Amino acid sequence: MNKLFVNSNLINIISSKIKNMAENKKLSIIAFSGDFDKLTAVFTLATGAAALGYEVNIFFTFWGLDAVKKNAGRSLTGKGFWGKVFGFMMGGIRNTPTTRFNFFGFGPFMFRKMMRKANVATLEELVEAAKALGINMYLCEMAIQVLGLKQDDFIHEVKETLGIATFLNISEGGRSLFI
Amino acid sequence: MATYTLDITKEHCPMTFVRTILKLSQIAKDDILEVFLSEGEPLENVPRSAEEQGFKILKLEHVEGSIHKVTIQK
Repeated sequence: MNKLFVNSNLINIISSKIKNMAENKKLSIIAFSGDFDKLTAVFTLATGAAALGYEVNIFFTFWGLDAVKKNAGRSLTGKGFWGKVFGFMMGGIRNTPTTRFNFFGFGPFMFRKMMRKANVATLEELVEAAKALGINMYLCEMAIQVLGLKQDDFIHEVKETLGIATFLNISEGGRSLFI
Repeated sequence: MATYTLDITKEHCPMTFVRTILKLSQIAKDDILEVFLSEGEPLENVPRSAEEQGFKILKLEHVEGSIHKVTIQK
C-alpha cells in the first residue's frame, strides 16, 4: 500500500513536471564554447525559438563570452596584465575559430563567405536578430571575474551578470542546452 | 490600416520566421502583412508560428512556381 502510494506520488510529480515543461515555452542555453560554428548553433536555436514564441535565455561563460564583447576584434580589454593578454588572445566575435578546418582563421573567413553566398544568416546577423528579438542574455559572474572583465566590456543588450544559482532559477521549467 | 509586404523567398531557417516576427512586431495592430515565401519549411512553419503567437492568417495563396503568399493580420 505504502509502495503504491509512493509510486503514484512520484508519477504525479513527474507528470506535473512534464506538463510544466510543455506549457512553458522556454529555452535556456549555456554558451560555453567560443567556436564560430558552435556559437552559430547557439544563435540559430535561440533566434528560431524566440521567433516561435519561446522565452529564450543565454548564459555566456568562458570562451562563449567572445560572442557578446563590445569589441568585435582583438583589444586589450581586461583588468591587469594577464587579463589584457587573455583579452587580446581571445578577441571578439570576429576572431572566433571554427571547431574544425580553422587554418589560422581562414576557416571562419570561408564559412562566412559560403554562408553569404547561400543566403544563410551569418553569426553577426544572428546576434543582431537576437538583440532585436529581445533574447535575454546573461554573463557568468565567475568567468568575467577570472578574465578581469566587467559588464561594461560587453554589448549593452546583455541584461545582467549572474551566478549559476540565479540562472538555474531563470531556466527552471524549460529546456536547457549546453553548447 | 496599412498593408506591408515582406519577401522571404531567398531566406533560410531560422531567418524566415525571424524576419516575419520582427516585421510583425514593427507594424501596428490590425495592419496587414503579406509575406512571400517558398514551399517546404517556410510555407509549413511561418503561417503556423504566426498563428500560434496570436496573429490572424487571412489568406494563403499560390503565386507562381514554388512561391506562395500568406496574408497575416496583426
